[in-house]
Amino acid sequence: MAIIHVTATNFEEIKASDKTVLLDFYADWCGPCRMVAPILEDIASERDDVVIGKINVDDEGSLAHQFGVVSIPTLVVMKNGEIVHQSAGARPKAQILKLLES
Amino acid sequence: MAHIYDMIIIGGGPAGYSAALYAARAGLDTLVIEKMSAGGQMALTDIIDNYPGFDEGVDGFTLGMKMQQGAERFGAVSEYGEVLSVALSGDVKTITTDSGEYQARTVVIATGANPRPLGLPDEASLVGRGLHYCAHCDGRFYKDKVVMVVGGGNSAVSDALYLSRIAKKVLLVHRRDTLRATKIYHEPLMKANNVEFLWNRTVSDVVMGDRIIGATLQNVKTGASEQVLCDGIFVSVGRVPATDWLRGALPLDDYGYIIADETTRTAIPGVFAAGDVRTKALRQVVTAAADGAVAVHFAEEYL
Repeated sequence: MAIIHVTATNFEEIKASDKTVLLDFYADWCGPCRMVAPILEDIASERDDVVIGKINVDDEGSLAHQFGVVSIPTLVVMKNGEIVHQSAGARPKAQILKLLES
Repeated sequence: MAHIYDMIIIGGGPAGYSAALYAARAGLDTLVIEKMSAGGQMALTDIIDNYPGFDEGVDGFTLGMKMQQGAERFGAVSEYGEVLSVALSGDVKTITTDSGEYQARTVVIATGANPRPLGLPDEASLVGRGLHYCAHCDGRFYKDKVVMVVGGGNSAVSDALYLSRIAKKVLLVHRRDTLRATKIYHEPLMKANNVEFLWNRTVSDVVMGDRIIGATLQNVKTGASEQVLCDGIFVSVGRVPATDWLRGALPLDDYGYIIADETTRTAIPGVFAAGDVRTKALRQVVTAAADGAVAVHFAEEYL
């Protein structure tokens, strides 16, 4: 599935998805975020059962604050509107796929 | 029969992709195995001013991508995966990753190093709750707040300087009473009026609320403990080589670096160590890149 750019406006709609939601809090200037970006694109193209949302912390400070994000990248997995996993730091593809099974 | 490469390079930082460039350009059938994405530690560096050829500096992520593309232009191939085990002693060496099994006649190990943790119990759980290893990544979350920087070397001082421009106050905690950093870093830091030095102290614990709200410091001279409040802690106490995964396959020095001299040859014929992972005097992008070229020179001699 295509990667969605999440904003305060469309966040509730994405959160309500019946698919697994993977949120990536990132910024353009952050090296590890840029390392994770192509991995998420890969996952997006391979997995129809996952919605991937990217949240730019510079533009969406209130969402970042709401999730208590103080390190980027922070990856959040949500199922049925609930956070089932949240962790900071870039990680390899295999580990991100594992997070989706949380 | 399985494909046998001339060379497998483990790690896609400056040492790895320089080796890949030299090997592929020399006509060797070359594979790079990278855990996450090109660049390694360099990709986490905001601006690199001391790699020649970039008169205005270059961001580390871009340089990493360029190094990868430069090697792939000559036919080097990249695979992504984490190495699970290695069998290095035979003429044909086998590398098993979470994405498959690969074989080659020579191996260049260029897995680099990672930030050294403080050594607190359950330290990993504090990441994302106020403990940081990358000031340039996370510093901007601390606008007008109080941050602590732990360490006294070049990267600690450059982190403190960077954070001093964002945060209200920077507390620099160092276990000695002088900085170890090169002189060029000292003056701007001494001039910053919002940096406070807490000498002769180490962090023995963190103070937790919902997240980190401070640290317990121990004075190494007097043994006295104190609690200091801060909103975040940036750790910059050196690096540890990424050699755990070798599990004894190669001799390491006391600090975990692979023992190899300037030829990059390790104790096992056909296996080379390049870049920060090797015992060496100066760990820089330019010396890592040089190691990659040297490793290929001696690998060709071996082949």
